[in-house]
Amino acid sequence: MTKLRKIKDVFFKWLFFAATAFGMLSLVVLVVDILYQGLPRLSWEFITNFPSFNPDKAGIKAAILGSVWVIGLTAPMALFLGVATALYLEEYAKKNWFTRLIQTNISNLAGVPSIIYGILGLALFVRAMKLGPSILAGAFTMALLVLPIVVVAAQEAIRAVPQTLRHGAYALGASKWQTIRGIVLPSAAPGILTGMILSLSRAIGETAPLVVVGAFVFVRFAPTDPLDKFTVLPIQIYSWVSQPKAAFHELAASGIIVLLIVLLLMNATAVLLRNKYQKRF
Amino acid sequence: MSIIETRNLNLYYGQHHALLDINVDIEENSITAFIGPSGCGKSTFLRTLNRMNDMIPNVKITGTVKVAGEDIYQSGVDVEILRKRVGMVFQQPNPFPKSIYDNITFGPKLHGVTNRHELDEIVEKSLKAAALWDEVKDVLKKPAYGLSGGQQQRLCIARALAVNPQILLMDEPTSALDPISTAKIEELLDELKETYTIVIVTHNMQQAARISDKTAFFLNGELVEYDATPVIFQNPSDKRTEDYITGRFG
Repeated sequence: MTKLRKIKDVFFKWLFFAATAFGMLSLVVLVVDILYQGLPRLSWEFITNFPSFNPDKAGIKAAILGSVWVIGLTAPMALFLGVATALYLEEYAKKNWFTRLIQTNISNLAGVPSIIYGILGLALFVRAMKLGPSILAGAFTMALLVLPIVVVAAQEAIRAVPQTLRHGAYALGASKWQTIRGIVLPSAAPGILTGMILSLSRAIGETAPLVVVGAFVFVRFAPTDPLDKFTVLPIQIYSWVSQPKAAFHELAASGIIVLLIVLLLMNATAVLLRNKYQKRF
Repeated sequence: MSIIETRNLNLYYGQHHALLDINVDIEENSITAFIGPSGCGKSTFLRTLNRMNDMIPNVKITGTVKVAGEDIYQSGVDVEILRKRVGMVFQQPNPFPKSIYDNITFGPKLHGVTNRHELDEIVEKSLKAAALWDEVKDVLKKPAYGLSGGQQQRLCIARALAVNPQILLMDEPTSALDPISTAKIEELLDELKETYTIVIVTHNMQQAARISDKTAFFLNGELVEYDATPVIFQNPSDKRTEDYITGRFG
């Protein structure tokens, strides 16, 4: 009996290790393959050149700038709407069936496939509001896409602020807004910021909704205006992958490296922020 | 003259009748202790005096509470001004996640003090009044969470004093502290009553006997007996008070 138990113990330990190793190994293979293909073409020219039909002259300047523009516009919109919604639900709204309905819907929206947001963006921003396939239309769409994630993250951060701190402020004669402004928001800020960065790193890798909105274009200029046409990093990568020539596939790999670096930096910032402010209460 | 007067004060949590016809007069510059077993309504009553119960849903209050002659439950009363006049210290020390300095200035800033010099003075004065100045004067910019529990509670007292209240409500302020910190705070209260009126809820009967001028005994939402502290502890007129202070229940 005992022997069998021991064997089972060892068996399961190695089974779970194998499961972990499988995931890690696939990731390593993927990254090594990308680095092998992409590194040779990764150069300063690659970063500063516009796309070209000649793979030796092609670069991702337009895609980088497009991504920066879209994220730069998405971030403030999502942050403001997300934090305001979270504050309303946590601090102001009465807990009744209606707020529960809103809550359930927000959680559900976080799971809606991103292409659905793209279709919404196409109908609402591109067509109805006549923004065309512009940066602004893309940013609006992205803001909607990440909004549920930001709301939920902000709500959790706000809920984590101890009730005793709010009471402390009220007892000094603070109004509701003074309490939120002076105590709740500063205490919740690291959590909100972490959620914000993680949701933006999702947005920066999104392709489908922006393809639907119309970002899939051959952009040979630096966008200077929110109403300009644009492309973003993952779309540029996708467009290179779908070219027949092998040289373009190598360019795609170089683009993936750039995208991965950006994502890693964003996630690292989020982790650093979290660690820095973790033990505050 | 009494600075706090309640008349036929009743409080309901939904269907639960938590306070029954409470009539209490509290004198200025005195320490009044509320004692009684858990759930007797003493903390609930304390929170009616600065309207902290407003934040709990389904609370209904009837009767009157007068602070310095003004009925605080009348419509049109500015709750924020009331709470500035009637400060509160809680059971658990609850400093804000800010520096010691910013903890003290938070209140004055709410009420419009912005002058740097004036704020510096308030910080020094409040910390001295709370007997904490000597321990923290060199670390004012350090986070308040670095202080010990007893220091944090004195910081919370200093924070409450910084808005210049007339009355200080204290809800079991030493129950989370060690005996030495408790002794320090008790000593402090004796000094503070020169300037402020103090109402303290306590679980600790010896504490009530040591520091208070008058004691009120609550049981099941009723005010059983309210009298000078020596009378309550040596010669109570109600059998239930006697049973409680001699430790027969509670």
